[in-house]
Amino acid sequence: MRKYSVFAIAREAMRGHKGWNEQWGSPEPKSEYDVIIVGAGGHGLATAYYLAKEHGVRNIAVLEKGWLGGGNTGRNTTIIRSNYLYDESAKLYDHAVKLWDGLSQDLNYNVMYSPRGVMMLAHNVHDVQVFKRHIHSNRLNGIDNEWLTPEEAKEFCPPLNITKNARYPIMGAALQRRGGTARHDAVAWGYARAASARGVDIIQNCEVTGIRRSGNGHVTGVETTRGFIGAKKVGVVAAGHTSVLMQMADVRMPLESYPLQALVSEPVKPAFPCVVMSNTVHAYISQSDKGELVIGAGTDQYISYSQTGGLHILNHTLDAICEMFPMFARMKMLRSWGGIVDVTPDRSPILAKTPVPGLYVNCGWGTGGFKATPGSGHVFAHTIANDNPHPLNAAYTLERFRSGRLIDEAAAAAVAH
Amino acid sequence: MAEPASFRVSGKGRLGSKGANFTFDGASYQGVEGDTLASALLANGVHLVGRSFKYHRPRGILSAGAEEPNALVNIERDPSRKVPNVRATVQEIYPGLKAVSQNRWPSLAYDVGEVNNIASPMFSAGFYYKTFMWPKKAWEKFYEPKIRAAAGLGVAPDLPDPDHYSQRFAHCDVLVLGGGAAGIAAATAAAESGARVILCDEQADLGGALRFEAGAMVENKPAWDWAQEAIAKLAANDRVRVLPRTTAFGYYAQNFVALAERVTDHLASPNPGLPRERLWQVRAGRVVIATGAIERHMVFADNDRPGIMLASAARTYLNHYGVSVGRKVGVFTANDSAYQAAIDLKKAGTEIAAIVDIRPASEGDAVQQARALGIEVLSGHAVVKTGGRLRVSSMAVRSVNVGAERVIPVDALLMSAGWTPSVHLFSQSRGRVAFDEASQRFLPGTYAQACVSVGASNGTDRLEATLEEAYAAGEKAAKETTGGTKSAARPAGVSGEAFAGGMLGTTPGAENGTTVAAFVDFQNDVTAKDIRLAVREGMHSIEHVKRFTTNGMATDQGKTSNMHGLAIAAEVLGKDIPSVGLTTFRAPYTPVTFGTIVGHAKGELFDPTRRTPIHPWAEAQGAAFEDVGQWKRAWYFPRAGEDMHRAVDRECKTVRETAGLFDASTLGKIEVVGPDAAKFMEILYTNPWEKLEVGRCRYGIMLREDGFIYDDGVVGRLASDRFHVTTTTGGAPRVMNHMEDYLQTEFPDLKVWLTSITEQWAVIAVQGPNSRKIIEPLVEGIDISDAAMPHMSVREGRICGVPTRLFRMSFTGERGFEVNVPADYGQAVWEALWAEGQKYGACAYGTESMHVLRAEKGYIIVGQETDGTVSPYDAGLDWAIGKKKRDFVGIRGLKRSDLVADGRKQLVGLRTKNPRTVLEEGAQIVANPREPVPMTMLGHVTSSYWSENCGHSIALALLQNGRKRMGQTLWVPMPDGAIEVEVTGTVFFDPEGGRLNG
Repeated sequence: MRKYSVFAIAREAMRGHKGWNEQWGSPEPKSEYDVIIVGAGGHGLATAYYLAKEHGVRNIAVLEKGWLGGGNTGRNTTIIRSNYLYDESAKLYDHAVKLWDGLSQDLNYNVMYSPRGVMMLAHNVHDVQVFKRHIHSNRLNGIDNEWLTPEEAKEFCPPLNITKNARYPIMGAALQRRGGTARHDAVAWGYARAASARGVDIIQNCEVTGIRRSGNGHVTGVETTRGFIGAKKVGVVAAGHTSVLMQMADVRMPLESYPLQALVSEPVKPAFPCVVMSNTVHAYISQSDKGELVIGAGTDQYISYSQTGGLHILNHTLDAICEMFPMFARMKMLRSWGGIVDVTPDRSPILAKTPVPGLYVNCGWGTGGFKATPGSGHVFAHTIANDNPHPLNAAYTLERFRSGRLIDEAAAAAVAH
Repeated sequence: MAEPASFRVSGKGRLGSKGANFTFDGASYQGVEGDTLASALLANGVHLVGRSFKYHRPRGILSAGAEEPNALVNIERDPSRKVPNVRATVQEIYPGLKAVSQNRWPSLAYDVGEVNNIASPMFSAGFYYKTFMWPKKAWEKFYEPKIRAAAGLGVAPDLPDPDHYSQRFAHCDVLVLGGGAAGIAAATAAAESGARVILCDEQADLGGALRFEAGAMVENKPAWDWAQEAIAKLAANDRVRVLPRTTAFGYYAQNFVALAERVTDHLASPNPGLPRERLWQVRAGRVVIATGAIERHMVFADNDRPGIMLASAARTYLNHYGVSVGRKVGVFTANDSAYQAAIDLKKAGTEIAAIVDIRPASEGDAVQQARALGIEVLSGHAVVKTGGRLRVSSMAVRSVNVGAERVIPVDALLMSAGWTPSVHLFSQSRGRVAFDEASQRFLPGTYAQACVSVGASNGTDRLEATLEEAYAAGEKAAKETTGGTKSAARPAGVSGEAFAGGMLGTTPGAENGTTVAAFVDFQNDVTAKDIRLAVREGMHSIEHVKRFTTNGMATDQGKTSNMHGLAIAAEVLGKDIPSVGLTTFRAPYTPVTFGTIVGHAKGELFDPTRRTPIHPWAEAQGAAFEDVGQWKRAWYFPRAGEDMHRAVDRECKTVRETAGLFDASTLGKIEVVGPDAAKFMEILYTNPWEKLEVGRCRYGIMLREDGFIYDDGVVGRLASDRFHVTTTTGGAPRVMNHMEDYLQTEFPDLKVWLTSITEQWAVIAVQGPNSRKIIEPLVEGIDISDAAMPHMSVREGRICGVPTRLFRMSFTGERGFEVNVPADYGQAVWEALWAEGQKYGACAYGTESMHVLRAEKGYIIVGQETDGTVSPYDAGLDWAIGKKKRDFVGIRGLKRSDLVADGRKQLVGLRTKNPRTVLEEGAQIVANPREPVPMTMLGHVTSSYWSENCGHSIALALLQNGRKRMGQTLWVPMPDGAIEVEVTGTVFFDPEGGRLNG
């Protein structure tokens, strides 16, 4: 892998940038791999990268139905934070935040992790109780999250409307300063390039159509649109389509898939310094490095696989944004889009072995998976390499939905992520 | 005083003579009413209008429409009415309009940011992914702030928007998108065939390409005149609505189309009663897509200088606005339609330097016409570079097969690489486009909804064919939706110009291997070499190319650039265009103001505010209110000099000493009626209901399938087949949904009907030792003695002469009643009860005291003690589960191993060692306060108050193994030290419960 640096750019600038190589290869599939990852989103690519880097696995393929990073990795609003309530979540997401800090250097790819602070607004007594519970729990877990008065919140985010005559006046806010955003495409590309450099075969336009097992039930490979590819182990990391893939191995997944929409405004000069989320008024917003306001909210009410959604959802979202930030009413929506989020009954992910030997699954991240990308890949690689979960994902089993040992962040916050 | 506009051509254009002076960057100019800002600036010889996003290159006006990538300005009506990134080609001028250029400092002509252009070899596509990583902290502290400041275009408004926006919903038989010749014809045919029609167009003047297509004829007269007559006829038809300045921006499921109408942005002093913009949400029987085509630019070196523009734009400025875009104009084309621009300009007296045609020698009509006018035509030639800094000053021309360059001075250069059908809305409707090899363009292929594309957006090039197709489509749509059989008369005498042909990708001189700056996406400064670099770096999907280079991601969303980008990528990949793919067309078609989508939903109207019938009384008493869901609830009733704590202390004390009145109207209420009502209740609640006697009440618990508490409330049985169910305030709608869901999907055989009656009954809780005395004089026909009406019973009768459902129940631990009366009588009955209460010194109390009083008794609040992870066992409510019941929602969930395991969190009470210390709700509980982080957390404080009645603080908590920890000392760590607490039972006041009947 040719190292990226300002010096490399300067050298290339003098010869018309003719010397850059492909960031990742386009190999033909081999007949067999030690590990096949199904799904070249951020989580899948990160898994492959850490398998190669930290577990010495040499023979890995990542299979992708479309183009790498084209699912939720390339469609989300890129919010990063770790101020979750329960120990299991807080530790997993904080593991990710620690990896975010330094990921650009590790991958030699600027993923633009920008810890500008994520501020969550409280609009009623119930919000205050819930956020304080998070703050206390986070503090005892060593995770930064602090309470701000409305005035302090406005100081941190000047566009905020903290007038008392708002429909839902702001009673305070919880701020995680290490929270922020990153450049989503760069995350997929950075992992793809670094994994490719370590010998991982990334095979795009290759859809998995079946999972083959031996007589004793162990996975032996996958059928694809480019033929059968053998594998000793298969990790499925396919977000909304995980259920469909796991069904091929007769594993029924407790997942429902919903459309989730987002939008950006036209680009403007810096006007918004941080990330603000409100669950009660229901929207979230940040400004990208390019200058677009990046805005999102809740899922559509109905389950669907269509990567689009209704205007009424955007309508509610923009109502909320203009209620909190009335000066943005004259801004213009430039582009809106939808993704499919896979949601478990407790809204926490599944990162686990499955009843099928050699088959592993990483899914169920709902609306909040981007922030976990490095941590998720890291512990999932551990799980596959050792056929045993990492301590940080030991609780994220499939069995928990049978036993009732849930990690219900949504219930605890009385909201979606 | 503004100079007269010197590029105005007398005798040309369709604008009137009414002047409108405006300013651009502080300088005054003269325009004419009906001008766009772009046409007015061009009339004054101003081409330099903006700066590009990345390299800050000087940019002019490319187009005459919504596809404009370059000419973006800030319009400032007043300090609170600024709009960034307004397309000068769309904004109409009005007297006094103030426009300011963007993304430059200190001025448009001298922009420091232009240094980026000098360093542009460094700033190749995606360069930022390769650098700015060292030292690590510098990204956040240095590079990112610099990049942010350099990026963005205009400046966001910083004051609340004072304008209002409105929304309309409409239905029609036929919705026609686009008011060019095709749209007008389709709308006319549909209307004449008897349909209700809506016709919208993004321009101020309908007519589309007829605005410039001067040679077109319909009914043997100029097509423009035919169009104006047809529009007038449509506008006069009361079954037709014609919407100019209205952009169809989103095509959703089931022929639901969103239109944005610009109502006042073109007016000098709008009537304040008018909305600034209006959102139309239209549900149409059939949609006719007549969105036309967009001309592409040529991709050659330095094709971005001000003065270089689309040929059709120059022609529009001449024929519609009466403006010549230069004195000596060059043309660079790959098709015939650009010739017409040269011909029209030449006829209007503008010198044409040369027509440079990339195609081999042609002797078509257009060429002959041009030659006949004395225009030099250079077939088989290409423009290989241009000169000029703030405006194009020359073009260098050579044969396409190498050769000497000839430099020709020009002050404007028109270009045309052909026409891209606008399939955006078709594609948004989820129709699939198909690539037409012959014409090298994507056309509507497979339809997904009841719509049809006509005219240029369907690849139909000539006016004759367009009109035939559009009339047939309008007629068919009308017949299909109205069942009518009338036909529309077709116009005769139709002839139009040629629009076919063209090219995709770079021209000679900018081909693969060259390093020239040949722009594909002007606004984002994406050049052909950037696209090639992206492919070289492994971006083989067009989506990757787009994201890596940002091609097509600017405010114009690639209307002129996408096809070129695709062709250049395909060429380097050695693939054909369809196998490289096409990026998705996403809504909105052009940017839409947030306010337009929001409409009136702001401030008070952001979300409905629900108020109880007793709200005005509480307000008059000076109550403080809190938001609970959409409700405003009286929080506490401060008297002079009281803060919340003092008021609550007094209210709590008064309730237990004498009595208090509480407005419980917000509680959700559902009437469950029918022969199977009891059976249904058995399924939905954990408690047994079959044997509950008529006239008695029971506290019910509702679970989710997973066994966790979902809601609770007191349920009264009014008759054997009728239950009056109460829910939590916030839970009312979802409990109703939950019940309906089970009734309709799981137990459709049950004869049960559910009715939400939350709003129908006002509820007044009268609680305290004197409660019976207060209500007694007002109640008629109900014996409310303890013997006749014990705790947890319900009676129907009258109070103050109006019907009541009277509950004997308590959420305070005192003797208590809840008086339900029809909502209209709520305030009157409250006032009567209040008057009685005054005799006993009763008070009104709010939600805060309600919380304290119930916490003193250890009563839970769902959503505070529970959070969706708490089972009835955890909450100490085992008694509310019917032990003999074989089924209810959640029964299986409750039996799961983890729900019956040891070590679950259970509800307990906490007493602080220092009785004055009030714990913070949400604080965590630990055994060892000195344990280093991360600490082992055993649970958290769910409720915590100062209890004036107990004389010490009280708290409820969920605590691991809580019931086995009675008497244990634990700690609540706070930032300033840990608080010592003792684990207790949950009942702090009157543990025997004698006061319920006291």
